[in-house]
Amino acid sequence: MSTVHSHSEPQDHAADKLGMWLFLFTELFLFGGLFLVYAVFRSQHSVSFHNAADELNAFTGTLNTVVLLVSSMTVAMSITAVRYGERRKAMLLIGVTLILALVFMINKYFEWSHKFHYDLYPGSEVMMNMEHGEILFFGLYYMMTGLHALHVLVGMVLLTITLVKVQRKRITVERYHLLENSALYWHLVDLIWIFLFPLLYLVT
Amino acid sequence: MNNQPGDGYISYLDYQGKHRGILSWLLSTDHKRIGLMYLYAVIIFFFVAAFLGLAMRIEKMAPGPDIMDAQTYNGIFTIHGVIMVFIIVIPGISAIFGNFFLPIMIGARDVAFPKLNLFSWYLYITGAVLGVLSQFAGDGPPDTGWTFYVPYSAESATNVIYALTAAFILGFSSILTGLNFIVTIHRMRAPGMTWFRMPLFPWSLYATAWIQVLATPIVGITLLMVIAERTLNIGFFDPALGGDPLLFQHLFWIYSHPAVYIMILPAMGIVTEIFPTFSQKPVFGYGAIVISSIAIAAVGYFVWGHHMFTSGMSYWSRWFFSFLTFIVAIPSAIKVFNWVSTMYGGAIDLKPPLLYAISFIFLFMIGGFTGLALGSLATNVHLHDTDFVVAHFHYIIFGGMGFAFFAGIHYWYPKIYGRMYSNRIANIAWGILFAGFNLLYFPLFIIGIQGMPRRYFDYLPQFTTGQVISSIGAFILISGLILMTANLIYHRKRGAIAPANPWKGVTLEWLIPSPPPHENFVEIPEIKHKPYLFAKTEPKE
Repeated sequence: MSTVHSHSEPQDHAADKLGMWLFLFTELFLFGGLFLVYAVFRSQHSVSFHNAADELNAFTGTLNTVVLLVSSMTVAMSITAVRYGERRKAMLLIGVTLILALVFMINKYFEWSHKFHYDLYPGSEVMMNMEHGEILFFGLYYMMTGLHALHVLVGMVLLTITLVKVQRKRITVERYHLLENSALYWHLVDLIWIFLFPLLYLVT
Repeated sequence: MNNQPGDGYISYLDYQGKHRGILSWLLSTDHKRIGLMYLYAVIIFFFVAAFLGLAMRIEKMAPGPDIMDAQTYNGIFTIHGVIMVFIIVIPGISAIFGNFFLPIMIGARDVAFPKLNLFSWYLYITGAVLGVLSQFAGDGPPDTGWTFYVPYSAESATNVIYALTAAFILGFSSILTGLNFIVTIHRMRAPGMTWFRMPLFPWSLYATAWIQVLATPIVGITLLMVIAERTLNIGFFDPALGGDPLLFQHLFWIYSHPAVYIMILPAMGIVTEIFPTFSQKPVFGYGAIVISSIAIAAVGYFVWGHHMFTSGMSYWSRWFFSFLTFIVAIPSAIKVFNWVSTMYGGAIDLKPPLLYAISFIFLFMIGGFTGLALGSLATNVHLHDTDFVVAHFHYIIFGGMGFAFFAGIHYWYPKIYGRMYSNRIANIAWGILFAGFNLLYFPLFIIGIQGMPRRYFDYLPQFTTGQVISSIGAFILISGLILMTANLIYHRKRGAIAPANPWKGVTLEWLIPSPPPHENFVEIPEIKHKPYLFAKTEPKE
């Protein structure tokens, strides 16, 4: 409890982790608002949600789910690698995670641009002629996956920073809480997607 | 334990770190300096918003347009609300006194994440500046009220996006402060300071921090949804696209009602420190105060619906929210009994901090009881959206949080600056403030019951008496504020040197020199007993 501590000295590891977990909770609540809106509208327009979800490509969604799940695994493995002092392996694993994140984003880009190609975006004429429930579904689709993609980007920035720090031996066996916290953040990104995927792609 | 000024004592105000001049403040991760930076920002914005309030009162001196038109009035009450709520009262006590005194009172050298703390301040300033910018940039001041109700906030042609973004960023800053405090309290208490040996101001900050962390993200996403509605044609709240405006009200109040407890809980924490010190008597019912803080935080989360009794909710939802609103009054009342009982039989020393604290109880009770009138289903229908609500809200927030803030600044001023202010002027300023406050807000209860709607720039002639009395009160209140602030600013460098413990307090901040040294404690104290044990009382543990 009585860690020696001042305005500049690093704090203890447990405090770092506690802070990160609290932050993850706030992120869950942020998305929680959207999940709540989803729940309300889906209960009102269940048939329209069903029809609209048919428009989404379940294959792309599944592919992205697999990509994210594997990336969660590689980032977890990178922590183990750092704990065993295997710096090169850790860097490789973080690198793979970053590449997988990039694959996810590219996939997302094609998915979105495909929809834009068919004029399927909020405010478009095609969408204005749809049923209310379908408009809401696509609104939720863009807002939820958009906010999630933003989190993927933030996660990528965090992982890049940790990669550089591992390379410069700033993250080591003794002190790897930054990597651990970035990995926690990455798992959150993964976790939210695990919920988004069935709610958006599999409700047909 | 040696924490008295000795060789090598340098106060945090004189401490020279890596940077000099203004940078030694702007880049400081010292919680005390960050607290003071919040204090100065809050004071500046407070006076801006207070003068906007005065402008509204001048407009209401007589029926019809006097000094402004209706649209200007709409802009002014909106920015008055946005500044007061999001920039002043929500961060206010936590960010200023919490930052300054939380680490000291639990025997730590700083908060858990000093850099994050400084980052929160920059986020706060960014949000605050953006809020002020909304007045000048683009298409005119936002006119939606601080509540940003859709559909109007989605359609108003004014700068609503600036204000929404400002509130979003300020919310983020508030989350990070809350997170920092929770971790600090969990991890950094001095050896021997168990949870139930912790003073009550940190306890109230702890309860507050949980609301900040758990409720603020909801308003964050809600504001984002309104921004998306304005910019991206996503219509979750737009009936034309299948959306539901009521949903916005729910989401908004899920945060904004607990936000009221973010405002008032730390205020209760401050007066809970003041009553024992100026009665020289242990606080009455320590456990009851702790539990009631937690209970307020927990139950306060589930009462948001009482803002929406007239918006269209099912009978049972209204019944449920009304019932819980009455329940949340119980822990608040418990605290009032505790404060009064603390003074009973004590050696009362009526110094300015106690004066403000006692008037806090008085004003808070008026605010609390009128809150119950609003929380009852039948009376609410009559009182909803009248000046009665405005009066109730200001009694709680200004009379409660505001007066507790003033109590706090008079209580801790000697510790912060190492100087004493003039007690006489502080007492006079208190008298002017207290009289002006009641003159300003009490008439609003009466004309509210008579049917005066809130947020109108004009009124029917029968409300003239009440409106004029209220406006006179506004002038008195403002002069009291100026006198009080002048007293504090003037004596900051010229006042008599303050001793380490001018009020004979027993919490940890009074054991270290005034102003505190850079690292707070030479040696971290070991806590061996409960807080609030004064010389005359026998230690029970």
